[in-house]
Amino acid sequence: MRALETILVEKGYVEAAALDSIVEAHETKIGPHIGAQVVAKAWNDPAFKQALLDDATKAVATLADLPRVGDHLVAVENTLQRHNIVVCTLCSCYPWDVLGLPPVWYKSAAYRARTVKEPRAVLADFGVALPAATEIRVWDSTAETRFLVLPMRPAGTDGWSEDRLAALVTRDSMIGTGLPKQPGELA
Amino acid sequence: MDGIHDMGGMDGFGKVEPEPNEPVFHEGWEGRVLAMSRVMGGSGEWNIDMGRYGIEVLPPDVYLASSYYKKWFLRLENLLLQRGLISADEIAAGHALHPAKTLKRGTFTVADVEPALRRGAYERPAQAAALFKPGDRVRARNIHPRTHTRLPRYVRGHVGVVERLHGAHVFPDVAVLGRGDDPQWLYTVCFEARELWGADADSTVKISIDAFEHYLEHV
Repeated sequence: MRALETILVEKGYVEAAALDSIVEAHETKIGPHIGAQVVAKAWNDPAFKQALLDDATKAVATLADLPRVGDHLVAVENTLQRHNIVVCTLCSCYPWDVLGLPPVWYKSAAYRARTVKEPRAVLADFGVALPAATEIRVWDSTAETRFLVLPMRPAGTDGWSEDRLAALVTRDSMIGTGLPKQPGELA
Repeated sequence: MDGIHDMGGMDGFGKVEPEPNEPVFHEGWEGRVLAMSRVMGGSGEWNIDMGRYGIEVLPPDVYLASSYYKKWFLRLENLLLQRGLISADEIAAGHALHPAKTLKRGTFTVADVEPALRRGAYERPAQAAALFKPGDRVRARNIHPRTHTRLPRYVRGHVGVVERLHGAHVFPDVAVLGRGDDPQWLYTVCFEARELWGADADSTVKISIDAFEHYLEHV
C-alpha cells in the first residue's frame, strides 16, 4: 500500500501532505460529536426539531458552529411507538458528515445481512431490548440519501443545556443500534 | 449484478460484534487507503457508482475474506490500472516509471482537502413528472441488471408503499456505464417484513429502501 502511495505522489497526482490532512480530518474533526450536537439542539428547540425532520441538510446548515453537511440528509425520529435503525445492505453508506466513518460492525456481513430480516435479534447483539409492541423501522441506505436517527430524549433532563444533553447522545443511538445514555450514566 | 455484495437477508454470518472504544483506523495503512481513494475518486476519472461497482466485481471469495479497507485498496489499484493512471510494472517496482496521465484538476494539494471532504450532490432537475406519489402501492420490479444497480435482491418482486419522494437523482445503473446522469425520481418505499420474509416474520417490522423510479411498477 505504501508502494501505491509512492507511485501516486511521484506521478504528481497528489501531495503526501494532502493525504496526511485527510487522515487527520477523519481522526480528529469529523465524528459523532457533530451528530450529537444536532440531536441535543433538536431536543431543546422544537422549531429546530421540526426543521430537522422536514429537511435535515438545510436545518443543520443553519447551525453556525457545525461544518456544512452534504445532501441528502434525512432525520428519522424515534418515538414510544416506533424505533428506527439504519443499515446499508449493498455496501457501507453512512452519514459521514455527522457521524464520521462507520465502525467495523456497521460494514460487517452479519450486520448488513441480518438487520433487514431480524432487527430485534441484531438489537439484542447490542444489548438493546425494545417492547414487543414497538414498531421497528429499518432504513436500508440504497441511494445517496443518508439517515440520522433522532433518539428519544432521556427522562430527567429537563432544563439541561445542549452541551450537557449532547454528552448523552451516543453514536449508536444515532444509528439505531443503541439508546442514549441515562443522566445517571454520565461520569 | 447479483453479486456477493447484495447481502440483505442472507444467513450464516453469525453475531454482530460491536467493538468498545473502536479507533477510527485500526492500522495506519487504512487511513492512507481511504485518503488515496477519496483523492483519486474525486479526480473525475471515475464516478461514485463506478467506484462502488469496483468493489462489487471483486471475486466473491476475495470479497468475503478481505477487510473493508483491503477491498478499498484492491478497488483503487484496479481502477488506477484500468484508467491508465498507473501500470503493473510500476506496482512491481514500487515507483513511477512512466509519465503521468494529465488530470483535469492537476496535483491534489492540501488546499484541495476541505472541499474534497464535502459530500457530493446527486439531485438533478427532473426529466419528466413523477409516476408515483406517497401512498401508492408499488412493486419492486423483478430485474437482474448485469452491472451496477442499487435495487437489492431481497425486495425484487415484492409490494410496498411509497412513503417519500426525494426529488430526481443521478441514476446509478446508467451513471456506472459512463452514459451521463439520467436523473430519475427517487422514492422511499416501505415493505412489511411479512411481505419480504413470509408469514413467520415479525409483524412489527417494516423495511424501506430508497428506490429509483425505474425500479418500480404500479401494482
